[in-house]
Amino acid sequence: MTQTLSSQAPQLAHKNQGLKAFAIVGAAVVVWMVLYNVIQPIANWLAYGLLALPQDSHLGESLAFFFYDVPKIILLLGGMIFLITLLRSFFSAEQTRAWLGGKREGVGNVLAAALGIITPFCSCSAVPLFIGFVESGIPLGVTFSFLISAPVINEVALVMLFGMFGWKVAGLYLLSGVTIAIIAGVVIGRLKLERYVEDFVWQIKVGKGGVLPDKPTWAQRFEIAWASTREIVGKVWLYVMVGIAIGAGIHGYVPESALVGIMGKGAWWSVPAAVLIGVPLYSNAAGVIPIVHALMEKGAALGTVLAFMMSVVGLSLPEMIILRRVLKPQLIAIFIGTVAIAIIIIGYLFNLVL
Amino acid sequence: MLTVKILGSGCANCKRLEAITRQVIDQMGLEVEVVKVTEFSDIMAYNIMSTPGLVINEKLVSAGRIPSPAEVTTWLTTTVESA
Repeated sequence: MTQTLSSQAPQLAHKNQGLKAFAIVGAAVVVWMVLYNVIQPIANWLAYGLLALPQDSHLGESLAFFFYDVPKIILLLGGMIFLITLLRSFFSAEQTRAWLGGKREGVGNVLAAALGIITPFCSCSAVPLFIGFVESGIPLGVTFSFLISAPVINEVALVMLFGMFGWKVAGLYLLSGVTIAIIAGVVIGRLKLERYVEDFVWQIKVGKGGVLPDKPTWAQRFEIAWASTREIVGKVWLYVMVGIAIGAGIHGYVPESALVGIMGKGAWWSVPAAVLIGVPLYSNAAGVIPIVHALMEKGAALGTVLAFMMSVVGLSLPEMIILRRVLKPQLIAIFIGTVAIAIIIIGYLFNLVL
Repeated sequence: MLTVKILGSGCANCKRLEAITRQVIDQMGLEVEVVKVTEFSDIMAYNIMSTPGLVINEKLVSAGRIPSPAEVTTWLTTTVESA
């Protein structure tokens, strides 16, 4: 009897903790929704009321835009990244590897690209992940589909595209990211490039390793999600503000269709140029999106803008340096080349169709 | 004596995990040898796919995230008690 009592006590405490966590998250959702609905009136009041700027002035328009967009995007980032990381806490690289094991090329590429969206991934883990995949017999091309999809589909970029361009553009971005990952992975797989993987990778003996702790509780999942939300928003909020400030300036001051000539559909060279400029701009997706949003209002084409975005997040120098530990330079070059060409094709396709 | 291993190639998260672990060890007043494992061939011996990883007395307790100080305390306590 005493035994059952003592074993029930921690379970009860556990349950209470879970309820408390749900209550806190519920309250946070309510606060979030209230805030989201009052930022537009507050922004208008700040620009036209408090600062008494005329409704149709360049400065008034730019400032109202800035006061509205900054809190809106930061709220959206906070809320949606919390949801995304919460969802991701149900997936793991280990689970993904198990799902991909024994899959043929083709099916494997599609699955790997899809799992790349939801599996938690940090480019600092790219090497152990690469070794873990290849060692368990997952084909090189399938491994690359995952390694391309995971960074190309960037949660910050996704949320900001949703906030500034709407769900259609965010959806197109998601879809083209997956397509690029599948195509580039299939191409790399077909080229039979195993000899360009550093030799030590094939010699590593992966140990059995210890068993990981039990599944996290809901309270722990919320905690994990909250910690990564704080970390990500803390890292990008300044870029968001600077980006929106520049975007607000363009919004208010640059004349309509000023950019049709250099960034419009007619300028064929703008897509590869956007990719070339995008590659070195790693991790500034947060600052770049508000600027391209403003550029689009002035006549830049969507395909060009999306190509730029994907090269910013998908092809990053730091990740290439990390991957250099397991890949020979030839394979790195083929990797960058394949992804860049795939992004350019998608960019043209959008400019052609839309 | 306990041996704690930090698995990771020296990324920002690995350094934070190391800082948290050392802080907990100091608070608990334990005598622990902290080893940083940075070679991928050694890291992969623990079969982890995302860094940083934390190993206490050769047992993998966490991988791919930064555990809270409370969690590290729990793991260290259970290891000390079972030893």
